[in-house]
Amino acid sequence: MDKKIRVLIAKPGLDGHDRGAKVIARALRDAGMEVIYTGLRQTPEMIAEAALQEDVDAVGLSILSGAHLTLLPRIVNLLRDKGLNDVLVFAGGIIPDEDIAPLKAAGLTAIFGPGTNTDSVVEFIRGQFQTA
Amino acid sequence: MANSRLLEAVPALVDRALQGDRRSIARLISRVEDGGPEAWSALSLIYPRTGRAQIIGVTGAPGTGKSTLVGEIAKLYRKSSPALTVGIVAVDPTSPFSGGAVLGDRIRMRDLSGDEGVFIRSMATRGSLGGLARSTTDVVKVLDAAGFDVIVIETVGAGQSEIEVARTADTVIVVEAPGFGDEVQAIKAGILEIADILVVNKADRDGAQSTVNALHAMLDLGTAPHGLLHHGVLMPSVIPTPAKSDERWQPPILKTIASQGHGIDEVITAVAHHRAFLAAQPEGQQRARLRASMELETILRETLLDRLLQSVGADRLNALIDQVVARTIDPYSAADQLQRAAVQA
Ligand SMILES: Nc1nc2c(ncn2[C@@H]2O[C@H](COP(=O)(O)OP(=O)(O)O)[C@@H](O)[C@H]2O)c(=O)[nH]1
Ligand SMILES: [Mg+2]
Repeated sequence: MDKKIRVLIAKPGLDGHDRGAKVIARALRDAGMEVIYTGLRQTPEMIAEAALQEDVDAVGLSILSGAHLTLLPRIVNLLRDKGLNDVLVFAGGIIPDEDIAPLKAAGLTAIFGPGTNTDSVVEFIRGQFQTA
Repeated sequence: MANSRLLEAVPALVDRALQGDRRSIARLISRVEDGGPEAWSALSLIYPRTGRAQIIGVTGAPGTGKSTLVGEIAKLYRKSSPALTVGIVAVDPTSPFSGGAVLGDRIRMRDLSGDEGVFIRSMATRGSLGGLARSTTDVVKVLDAAGFDVIVIETVGAGQSEIEVARTADTVIVVEAPGFGDEVQAIKAGILEIADILVVNKADRDGAQSTVNALHAMLDLGTAPHGLLHHGVLMPSVIPTPAKSDERWQPPILKTIASQGHGIDEVITAVAHHRAFLAAQPEGQQRARLRASMELETILRETLLDRLLQSVGADRLNALIDQVVARTIDPYSAADQLQRAAVQA
């Protein structure tokens, strides 16, 4: 038996920078997780379908475009529509403090701001899945 | 991973996956990949439904354009006959340091998303030596049983385990690209021999023709009796037709520009010819037998070793390892002792 935590890292929206997403992907790999990285300009539908096919435990969304209040809840809804009810959804990027509460209400478990240390993301995911 | 998932009963999951429920297919793949007794029972349930799909292996050095090519192949299959469904298993290496992996093949298969007739699964090589071929074929079996008509496996062509994976396919495509100087990567990696079809991708780049020539030279030196192959034309439209009964398969060398979708028709035609060749030749049956025996052997090796270690116990094993290190016993005698102990237990 060789179980691994599988995480989809995706970049919804139209902005063309995926540095942050790549940094997180590598940090999770270095923490022993299997990271599926899908690249730039993913639509919510693409992300939800990839999460389903890859049977991931978590979906991490990196977003800089400012469209987070529409895109992120839409992704959560699509995941739930597909029956992915226990898939953890978290996000990082440029998200103003006042938007955190509505996003959490929409089903995101955690939001990481721009200065977040990758270790805290790793700890967060581990904390959710470690069966101590 | 989440606790709720562990409770899902395998037979029900198998039923839903066999009916084509995509989420159940995905979950069943995870079960099978994670291994253990549950995976075995799932696999024995689905086995009678497997063997229908056409399995294509695509291998070659990193960066040669395998993922792009696989995406284009799938796209063309879907376009040419919409009833035909395609499963893709894309394997990338696990980091030996952390046990984690970044699986990025989907980036190049973006165009396929939204197509219900396609299912893409990324896999990491994980640890087990020789186990990669087994877990990959097991994942392929799930897609096969779930009804996918064509299944494409992408693996990085470096090392023994990748060669083994490629050998589990009906048709093996080895991808090469210009730009590695005079070196032909497939030769260096020892994967030229397993090629049923050779693709020189990135034909838009300088040096593509010299790569083709180098491959021709290698094939001519090897098993191919003479130059049936078509030299020197970009995206040759002449592909060797299936050989007559006592003839060997001649691996065609094809040029593609996967990033622009050029030359894909010819690849698919060559795959069809190879399939027809295998069906008409004893080699097809031989391959199936070889595959079954390799598979059985791998399973036996894993299960026998597991069983042995369980019955002997870690203490006994560790004590013997210490003795081998101290050179008070040689590894052969140690292995012999362990086997005797296991038989007695
Ligand atoms: N110039 C050129 N680039 C290509 C071609 N096919 C793929 N690429 C690029 O080569 C890089 C590696 O491709 P990828 O499919 O990921 O290769 P893999 O590592 O073998 O799976 C990507 O940047 C592709 O866009 C081609 O035919 N010509
Ligand atoms: Mg690839």
